[in-house]
Amino acid sequence: MSTSRSRPKKTDRIIYRRPLSLVDRPTHFCPGCGHGTAHKLIAEVLDTLKIREKTIGVAPVGCAVMAYYYLNCDISEAAHGRTPAVATGIKRCLPDRIVFSYQGDGDLAAIGMAETIHAANRGENITVVFVNNSVYGMTGGQMAPTTLNGQKTATSPCGRDSRSMGTPIRICELLNTLDSPWHIERVALDGPAGIRKARKALLTAFKGQMEGKGYSLIEILSPCPIHMRLTPRDAVRFIKEGMIPAFPLGVFRKEGKPVT
Amino acid sequence: MHNRVLMNGNDAIGEGAIRAGCHAYFGYPITPQNELTSYMAKHMPEHGRVFIQAESEVAAINMVFGAVVTGKRAMTSSSSPGISLKQEGLSYLAAAELPAVVVNVQRGGPGLGNIAPSQADYFQATKGGGHGDYHLIVLAPNSVQEMHDFTIDAFALADRYRNPVMILTDGRLGQMMEPLVLYKGAPPKSPPKPWSLTGARNRKPNHIRSLLLEVDALEERNLILQAKYKTILAELVGFDEYLTQDAQVLAIAYGSSARIAKGAVDQARAKGIKAGLLRPITLWPFPRARIRQLAAKVKGILVVEMSAGQMLEDVQLAVGERSPIAFEGRMGGAVPEESDVLTALQHLNKPTRKGARS
Repeated sequence: MSTSRSRPKKTDRIIYRRPLSLVDRPTHFCPGCGHGTAHKLIAEVLDTLKIREKTIGVAPVGCAVMAYYYLNCDISEAAHGRTPAVATGIKRCLPDRIVFSYQGDGDLAAIGMAETIHAANRGENITVVFVNNSVYGMTGGQMAPTTLNGQKTATSPCGRDSRSMGTPIRICELLNTLDSPWHIERVALDGPAGIRKARKALLTAFKGQMEGKGYSLIEILSPCPIHMRLTPRDAVRFIKEGMIPAFPLGVFRKEGKPVT
Repeated sequence: MHNRVLMNGNDAIGEGAIRAGCHAYFGYPITPQNELTSYMAKHMPEHGRVFIQAESEVAAINMVFGAVVTGKRAMTSSSSPGISLKQEGLSYLAAAELPAVVVNVQRGGPGLGNIAPSQADYFQATKGGGHGDYHLIVLAPNSVQEMHDFTIDAFALADRYRNPVMILTDGRLGQMMEPLVLYKGAPPKSPPKPWSLTGARNRKPNHIRSLLLEVDALEERNLILQAKYKTILAELVGFDEYLTQDAQVLAIAYGSSARIAKGAVDQARAKGIKAGLLRPITLWPFPRARIRQLAAKVKGILVVEMSAGQMLEDVQLAVGERSPIAFEGRMGGAVPEESDVLTALQHLNKPTRKGARS
C-alpha cells in the first residue's frame, strides 16, 4: 500500500510538525518503547519555552545514554547514577542556563540514589526527568528498584520476592519527605491523555526552573515491551493495571509545598 | 619579607586554586585534607565562586565533571580512600579529555588505614588508577610553596593538554606550616574551549561523551589519547637535581621523602661521600631518561619512599642493569629516618658492594 505525500499548500494549516529540538532521525529504541515519546515531549517543551539554545542535558547510563542523537541541544554523558551530580556542576557554573537530567530507574533509584536525594535536598534548580519502566533495559531486563512485587525479570526469574529483594521504591513519595523540592509529579505514557499530562508536567517543571523556582522531578511511567516480553499494547496495559496501582499518578509537590 | 605569609600546605593549595581562577570546588570531609575543604568553604563564596560539600567523593568528582564541561576551571580534593572512590570519575574525565584538578593528600593505607602521611598511592596516581588506557598528569610538590605554585601550574596544564591533573602530596605537607610567597599574577590564560557545553546558541550542539560502541571509533579515540600522552612525555618531564654533578651515589625521592633524602645527602657529603639527589617533580611523565643518564655515572642508586617501593619500579625500569638500586621505605604512615637514609647511602658507597639490596 502506498501513501501519496505532497508538500503543504499555502492554504493548508499545519497542525503538527517535528519539534526543532528533536533531531530528524530514527531512534535505536525498541518497538513500543516509551523513551522516544519522552524525548519528543522534552523537545516540544524546549520549543514551546524557546530554550533549546540555552539548555544543557545530562544523559544517563542506560537506554537513553544516546539522547544526544535525538535531542538537538548540548548534552553530556554522566557516569552511571551520577547524572544529578553532573547536572549540579553544570547548573552551578552556568546558573542562567536550563539544565535537565534524564534518567532511568536503575540510574536514578539504584546506583544513583545518593545523588538523587542530595540534589533534591539542596534544591538544585534543575529538572530531573525520571523514566520508570520497572526494569533495566540496556543490560537485558534485570530487576530494577521499581520492579513490581512478583514481577519476573532476568535477575528475579521466579518473580520479585519482597522478603529478600525489597519492594518497589516510590521515588516521588520518598523525595516529597524533603523540604527543598519545588515540583514533584508522576505521569504515565499510557495513552494520549497520559502523554498530554506528561507534556504539561514537563512544561511546569522547565518553566519553574526558568523562573528560578528550584528542583523539579517528573516521573514518567513508561513501557518497555521487549524486556517485559509483552506486546506494545500489553506493555501499556501493564502500566495501567500493574504500575499505576503501585505508583499512583499525580502531583506530589506543588509550588514547594506537599500536596495533601 | 613583607610579602611572605605563613600557611599550611592544604590552605596554600586552596589559595593557589583561587588565584588560578578555579571557579568551582567540590569536596567531602576526610583527614588529612580537611583544611583545604574548609578553606574553600570560606573563601570561594567571597570571590563569587562555587563551593559545594558533596554527599560523597563520588558525587564531588562528578560535580567537577559537570563544572568543567561548561569550560570553567574546577577542582576537588581528598585523601587516599576518597581518591579510590574518585577513580571512575577520573577515567571518565580522561576519556572525555576534560581539564580538571584533583588533589590527593595521601594517608596511610591500605583500607581505612590511618591519617598519617604516606606515598602509597603512587601506582594508583601514575598508572591510571581507574579503568581503561589513560594517564593523569601527576605533580609532586615538596614544600608549602610548591603546594601553592604547582596548583597554579596544574590548572594551566589541565587546560593545555585537556587532561585531568593530580597533585600527589601527603598529610605532612598538607598540614605543616611554612612561609610562602603567594602568586600575584593573573590566572593562567585559559585557551578557547569550543567543545564546552554552554547552550547550542548559533552553533551545532556539543556533546561530551565517552561511549563509543563501534570498536573502530573507540580504538581511534584511544589512539588520539595515546598520541597526546606521547606529547606530554616529550614536553612535560620535570625534576630537580641536588649535587648530582659529581655524585657517586644517587638518592631518588619525591615529595616530603625528598626533604629527608636531601638531609641525608648533606650528611653524607659532610662525611666525604659524594651523594646527590634527583627529585621527580612530575611523577607522570616520569623523568626516566635523566635517571638512566645518571645511572651510568653512579655506583649506586637509593630510592626513598613512604611506601613498600612503588616509584622504585619506575626507577628500576629506567635504570635496568646500569646501576645497583637500593630501597629505603616505611609503610603505614611511618616516615623514613634521615639516619637510616644516610646509612643506606653509606652502604651503597662501599667499593665492595655488589648487586642491589632490593
